[in-house]
Amino acid sequence: MNAQRVFALIKKELRKTVRDSAVLFLIFLFPIIFVFTFSTTFGGSGGEQPVYNIGIIDMDEGNASQILLAALSDTKILNLNIYVDDQTAQNDLSQGKIQAVILIPKDFSLSLASYQAAPDDPSRWINTTLTLYLDKGSLIATQAIPPIVQQVITLITDKNVSPSPLRLETAHLVKAKEMSAFEFMAPGMFTFASIFIIFMVAQSFVQDRENGMMKRIRITPITPTEFMMGQILSYAIIALVQAALVFTMLYLLGFRPNVNLHTYAFTFFLLTVFSFSNVGFGLIVATIAKTPGAASGISFLFVLPQLFLGTFVGASLSSSVQVASRFVPSYYVTDALTSLFLRGAAITSQTVLFDLMVVSASCAAILALGVTFYAKCYKD
Amino acid sequence: MADSIVIIEDLVKKFEDVVALDDVSLQVAKGELFGLLGPNGAGKTTIINILCGVLKPTSGFVSINGYDVQRETRKVKEFIGVCPQETAIYPYLTGLENAELFGDLYAVDKHTFRARCNMLFERLALAKDAKRRTEKYSGGMKRRLSFILALIHDPQVIFLDEPTVGMDPQSRHVVWDFIRELKREDKTIILTTHYMEEAEELCDRVGIIDHGKMIALDPPRTLISKNDVGNLEEVFIKFTGRKIRENEWR
Repeated sequence: MNAQRVFALIKKELRKTVRDSAVLFLIFLFPIIFVFTFSTTFGGSGGEQPVYNIGIIDMDEGNASQILLAALSDTKILNLNIYVDDQTAQNDLSQGKIQAVILIPKDFSLSLASYQAAPDDPSRWINTTLTLYLDKGSLIATQAIPPIVQQVITLITDKNVSPSPLRLETAHLVKAKEMSAFEFMAPGMFTFASIFIIFMVAQSFVQDRENGMMKRIRITPITPTEFMMGQILSYAIIALVQAALVFTMLYLLGFRPNVNLHTYAFTFFLLTVFSFSNVGFGLIVATIAKTPGAASGISFLFVLPQLFLGTFVGASLSSSVQVASRFVPSYYVTDALTSLFLRGAAITSQTVLFDLMVVSASCAAILALGVTFYAKCYKD
Repeated sequence: MADSIVIIEDLVKKFEDVVALDDVSLQVAKGELFGLLGPNGAGKTTIINILCGVLKPTSGFVSINGYDVQRETRKVKEFIGVCPQETAIYPYLTGLENAELFGDLYAVDKHTFRARCNMLFERLALAKDAKRRTEKYSGGMKRRLSFILALIHDPQVIFLDEPTVGMDPQSRHVVWDFIRELKREDKTIILTTHYMEEAEELCDRVGIIDHGKMIALDPPRTLISKNDVGNLEEVFIKFTGRKIRENEWR
């Protein structure tokens, strides 16, 4: 492979990106403007009644906790998962596998019994605290789960009677409540921006084919591998610059997650890998489309599902539609970034590694498909 | 022809049912300026596309400098330069940046590139505009830059596909002078044109092609005298019964 040829194409593509005002707007300004407008307008709510996965750590030395668990199950909104230790539950919470953890204290039965023995005499009650940990990466979970759990606790003591010896303390709730809707959307905004590369790739290839540049480049001794390498690296660089701009914008708007430099480096790496799938989709569009106008239209077929199913735009979609989101790579990018930035998961956590694996495999497959499709066009 | 650098034997190209080239054979000697003359759609560009390896022939053999174009395409591409019919340049790059891109694609070293660039921009009267974006260029300037891109790596064999089409007379004469200069440098040039005066003015030999067939092949003077006519246009009329640029006027 001749590096001079590859770098020549990268330089050309970057110059085009900077100098073509339409491309500049589409790739850099539009996502930023959209992110700004969208994040200040919407909060993400609505859709079907969701079901939340709740982790239970039952340390109660009596049997009264079973009454609480039955009551929680009866809500039909909470799906209970029993954990034997706090560590595993917290680990699953940090990776978004469950939306909350309820820690039932060991004196729960004693407390409830003390209340039932003297409901009107608080001095004889044994006070205890149930601790609720919430998924900080889910705006809906932090807002919806605490009142549901509180309502169940009220029900098992006595209807509409207050006070009670059972107190619900929401760990991290104060912190979670401080997060704005915008911050909950921030991870998806990184993904959102990158998707627009599909338009750019499709347009660029179709234009070059239409104005004879593709043929002219083919007449030179450049190999198909050098050509594709030059193009793919160009778009990877553009994706990195885009991520840096989105990050700057988010930072200026107040998104400052408590993560280390490794997490940022990983974010940029993940977005670079993700850009490969967008190049792949762009190549598929460029193969099908005969004109730049058609390329824009067909690009929407690939942009919209990624946008609505895999970024912050899809945060408030119904649960059935959210199942469909598992089939787009952008979902896994957003999920990994949400785990890292909002839930505080480690890069090496199971969820983040799984997301990385899915993103890498799917992006490699989509890119290979795009290159194969386009190679046919390139040959003919 | 003993010192032939370009050899075309029994070349056939079909696009589905349409026969674009019908059993064309031709040899071009080293240092020769050969003109392919014919109306639009005659098959001139198809021959160029096959010679530079971007189009596969249906049958036949093509070699350049002893290399089979189909089997040794990459090798062939290193020493050919092609100025395509369409003005293919990047509008968002300057003239110099366009040349730099193609210099890099041909892996020309920086020192050689600088020397070639200075010479070509000077000769083709674009030196003053080299650092301007090409979207601001006139049609003639774009064609001249396209010419520079084809020659930036100092190719031995040059294909010029309608190099002066759409050019103003001033630009056309700049290009003609430069083509003559290339010939003096012993470059082999295959030029397609439907301008009779261009072929008469520049070419050592011309091949008249119509409906994919080579209908005449000789030096312009010989063709004119053999057919007892006044110019190449009349030669074409004699062979085909129509004017070479008739199709354009319809």
